Amino acid sequence: MKSAVDIAADVRSGASSAREELERTLGVIEARNAELNVFLHVDVDGARRAAQAIDERVARGEDVGALAGVPIAIKDNMCQVGIPTTCSSKILKGWRPPYDATVITKIVAAGAVPVGKTNLDEFAMGSSTENSAFGPTRNPLDPTRVPGGSSGGSAAAVAAEMTAISLGSDTGGSIRQPAALCGLVGVKPTYGLVSRYGLVAFASSLDQIGPFSKTVKDSAVLLEVIAGHDPRDSTSLPEPSPSLVAHVNDGVAGKRIGLVRELFEGADENVVTCVRAAADALRDAGADVVELSIPELALTLSAYYLIAPAEASSNLARFDGVRYGLRVKADDVTSMMEATRTAGFGAEVKRRIMLGTYALSAGYYDAYYGQALKVRTLTIEAFARAYAQVDLLLGATTPSVAFKFGDKTDDPMAMYLNDVFTIPTNLAGDPALSVPFGTADEGLPVGVQLLGPGRSEAQLFAAARVLEIADGRS
Amino acid sequence: MSEAITREEVAKVARLARLRLSGDELDMFTEQLGQILEHARDMNALDLADVAPTAHPFGLTNVVREDVVEESLDRDTVLAMAPDARDQRFAVPRIQGEAP
Repeated sequence: MKSAVDIAADVRSGASSAREELERTLGVIEARNAELNVFLHVDVDGARRAAQAIDERVARGEDVGALAGVPIAIKDNMCQVGIPTTCSSKILKGWRPPYDATVITKIVAAGAVPVGKTNLDEFAMGSSTENSAFGPTRNPLDPTRVPGGSSGGSAAAVAAEMTAISLGSDTGGSIRQPAALCGLVGVKPTYGLVSRYGLVAFASSLDQIGPFSKTVKDSAVLLEVIAGHDPRDSTSLPEPSPSLVAHVNDGVAGKRIGLVRELFEGADENVVTCVRAAADALRDAGADVVELSIPELALTLSAYYLIAPAEASSNLARFDGVRYGLRVKADDVTSMMEATRTAGFGAEVKRRIMLGTYALSAGYYDAYYGQALKVRTLTIEAFARAYAQVDLLLGATTPSVAFKFGDKTDDPMAMYLNDVFTIPTNLAGDPALSVPFGTADEGLPVGVQLLGPGRSEAQLFAAARVLEIADGRS
Repeated sequence: MSEAITREEVAKVARLARLRLSGDELDMFTEQLGQILEHARDMNALDLADVAPTAHPFGLTNVVREDVVEESLDRDTVLAMAPDARDQRFAVPRIQGEAP
């Protein structure tokens, strides 16, 4: 299908129209959504009005922006005025936000047309989209397999060619892992680069919104649109949006890239083969690729699965049946809150609230949460030492290709191990992306991961573009 | 069987988190949380006494804006989202017994 860059160029030149592009998107959604369960809500009327407004502005000769008339899918944990926002949870079913997330304001200002809200693991907790209260999403490349998670719906929307681009959120790998499993580019930006205002909070010190696309350049365009300081997010970096698209074809000549043992050892052999082939491709393009070890990364999974649940247990305390969402009636307020939360949250969300509440409780705080925050410091220092030697790091995104439904649902630890390669960069606050490189058995895609120091997105896109070309995807 | 967390502790944590768990759920969470905490013990083997904790990746401090009134969400719009609202306030079930 057409890239977002090509759609925007055609809409601006009059070769196509926003309405035409939207109707194509709506046609694919109509044909495949029942099977794949990608969208929880499609805003047909609102999208048609938005597309028509774009076309009228083009007709008047106005500059409608870098995403002129490009249909885009939104993970259903981002607020959009009047559009149901559920986080795939029964506790928010039917809730319609009274304000737009900053990313929505920005993509609309750039001419994009939001078409609807995509399925996710409840409150973004999961790696397969099987934890949705509204049923799992199927991987468009093989519907017997998961699309990954938690942004599985946003990944599937692009993989099924419903839209060229989508937005997800990444707390421990929730953009990069589904991108890898669905054969897409997926980017976790530097913490603070993209405003979290209007993103329903999971783990606030880790959450970042980022793009999915088939091409490297489309993700660069979308990230450039959504990045930049926002006074409504106190963790927003003070700088304006960086220049990314202009650097996509910068290449990697003269760059030093570290192939990190801890970021691919233990992965399936067909994944390791693709990672090593990616290292060779970067070397062929002029990079100096060295193998290195960062032993501290072995500790990050444990630290993450205390820090993220601890923050989640605090963030999800707001869902108490008082101000919005579900209320289960009871005679006194404590019983009402207990009944509401018990009926409204699914098993994985309860598990993480329990774990986080325990890790933060008196007598255990130092042993678990306190220790995890210190491991976070070690992780940041270890990455900083690596980036003193090399410009970027390379590894696998996931230990395996897309797995079958039910394979890991009975064993939380097995599911959590899916995130072992993606978690370290969230703890450090640094950016990373997944780009498809090669295929494994049964033709399923493999994603390789590129990591860099804070604000190195332009270099990451340039390296990803080298791999995109080497992989024959032009 | 891990001794990382007991069934009684799980029940106490559920009360703190305002969740009601069935007997089966208590058993399941005791086992699963035990496994996760067991995995976390590899951190406890480290001597981290001299390491400072990190709660935020870039150490940003609190950001405050000028103390001037700005437009915020409309009260009626916000209260319209509530399960129950009365007299321009959120309404909840009784929180105290009758006055003596």
